[in-house]
Amino acid sequence: MNAPDVLALSGSALWRQKRRTLLSLLGVSIGVAAVLLLTSLGEGARLYVRGQFETLGTNLLAVLPGKTETTGSMPGFVAGVPNDLTLADAEALRRGMPAARHVAPVALGNETVSRGERSRQVLVAGSTAEFQPIRSIEMRTGSFLPELPWDRGAPVTVLGSKLADELFDGEQPIGQVVRIGSWRMKVIGVLKEQGMHLGIDMDEAVFVPVTTAMRMFNRSSLFRVVFTIGARADIDAAQKRCTEILVARHGEEDFTLITQDSVMDALSSILTMLTVALGGIAAISLAVAGLGIMNVMLVSVSERIEEIGLLKAVGAGRAQILSLFLAEAVMLSLLGGLIGLGLGFGLIKLARVIFPVFPATAPPWATVAAVTVSVIVGVFFGVLPARRASRLDPVAALQRREA
Amino acid sequence: MIRLEGIWRTYSVGGRDLHALAEIDEHIETGEHVAIMGPSGSGKSTLLNIIGCLDRPTRGSYVLDGREVGKLDEEELALVRRETIGYVFQAYHLVPRLDATGNVELPLTIASVPRAERKQRVAAALAAVDLSDRATHRPNAMSGGERQRVAIARATIMQPGVLLADEPTGNLDRNSGQQVLELLDQLNKEGLTLVVVTHDAEVARRADRVILLEDGKVARRMPGAALTNLTEALRGVSAEGHET
Repeated sequence: MNAPDVLALSGSALWRQKRRTLLSLLGVSIGVAAVLLLTSLGEGARLYVRGQFETLGTNLLAVLPGKTETTGSMPGFVAGVPNDLTLADAEALRRGMPAARHVAPVALGNETVSRGERSRQVLVAGSTAEFQPIRSIEMRTGSFLPELPWDRGAPVTVLGSKLADELFDGEQPIGQVVRIGSWRMKVIGVLKEQGMHLGIDMDEAVFVPVTTAMRMFNRSSLFRVVFTIGARADIDAAQKRCTEILVARHGEEDFTLITQDSVMDALSSILTMLTVALGGIAAISLAVAGLGIMNVMLVSVSERIEEIGLLKAVGAGRAQILSLFLAEAVMLSLLGGLIGLGLGFGLIKLARVIFPVFPATAPPWATVAAVTVSVIVGVFFGVLPARRASRLDPVAALQRREA
Repeated sequence: MIRLEGIWRTYSVGGRDLHALAEIDEHIETGEHVAIMGPSGSGKSTLLNIIGCLDRPTRGSYVLDGREVGKLDEEELALVRRETIGYVFQAYHLVPRLDATGNVELPLTIASVPRAERKQRVAAALAAVDLSDRATHRPNAMSGGERQRVAIARATIMQPGVLLADEPTGNLDRNSGQQVLELLDQLNKEGLTLVVVTHDAEVARRADRVILLEDGKVARRMPGAALTNLTEALRGVSAEGHET
């Protein structure tokens, strides 16, 4: 028996039981569609996060004091700081790295901000004017930190949008004075709403000149130095140069360099895992659909015992009977898989219409895997019924007995 | 030629051996027309199934066209059935979802005969049973007689040497039955070895030779023309004792 004949015979059997065939197809297609939809949500999350990162500005490089082994972890929390990362280090980096477009030191601390009766515990970020282009910060009113020599402080501050609203409650904040800890600072600007940037709620933070912050918190070390590199291609060279400069100054590599890419890669791989996990969960429904196919095929074998006996009587061997019934199961699962693809892509399109910001996209591997797995499911769950059919005794089968 | 020697077919039922056939020795010549008769449970169908290679003897030797087939495995037996044996059943056993053409074509499909040749041979076979105008009808749109003629076309499409018929007229009215029997006679005249299992003396009388089975043993052999009816033939056995 050649392949087209097998397909024609099996196909006619499926066609004969339209409702049953349709239900099995539906089972498989829902499974495949679920795999596509869930993985596309995971993939969408990954792309969304990647997009968020890219709006932060690409070509970002950050130096942190202390050496961590895990370069991919969220930056910032390093136990035990062997050597300070000082303002002088930042200055040296600015001078020694022509490839750096903007360099900004960052000092961080928590302090109470108050105006009259109102006070809030907030994150205080000390930096310089150059922090603005690095983080693409936009202003609601006023201006960002002024251009000052880095080692000069100034009693000025820029407020996050939400904080400004809370402290001033509709009043014009520019030119007014707030207290940060025991420091009196003049408000020179309010940020536009920024949302969360890498775990920092910019809307509830205040910015002050870096030296002011370091004095405020009595710190000698920076939280980090961030800079942008002119061209993406120069990042590796910049990383190397940066390491050279700091090792020369510190005598050892007691700092950590983080590129935006490495952070993004780490997050990306986490989200890919999530996508795979979601796909795995959806695959359970595919397995259930496989059981459905098996059930349908077992019923089909029981119903067509006579036909199997006849096929044997006219000379069909075991392998031929097996291939006929296996072909039926695989046709069900493959066809169901293809319908599921259509259904899945339709749902993804719909998801994108409903949530336009969220780039739901089925990863290509999931598309291939969903269809492949559905065929494997067909074979796996089709083998048992097909074997049962192929092993029937012809005499018994012709008398509609299974023994 | 069919040569059965010392054929036993034993079933184990509840730990006890049940002999459906016991010590059958029988030769059927090529082109011979043989009827197997006997009361129900006498082993007629079992014998036919063994001749048709659907079943294997528990003991004994079965030589078909010079080849020992009694010990072949399942796959080899399938091949023997495909090439040399045609089967006609009382219940027709047509595949309901296939039309007459599709049913007659089945053995050719299984034997991987090329499509073009298949179409040609099926058309000729349907013409031979006078059903060309029913080629695209499904079994449920045909009369019993027509169905059985489709089954005969299917049984002969591979040009087998042996045609086996198990109660071929059992489900048919007199008229259609007659038509089917004439068709079988004609095929026999064209050289096909024909073995018919029947309980109908009228069917058996057409045979060259009648084998009477009782309790799995050959009770009597007689020329078809000498048969009056089953009861009498068997009464003759008890009067004469077992012939061999």
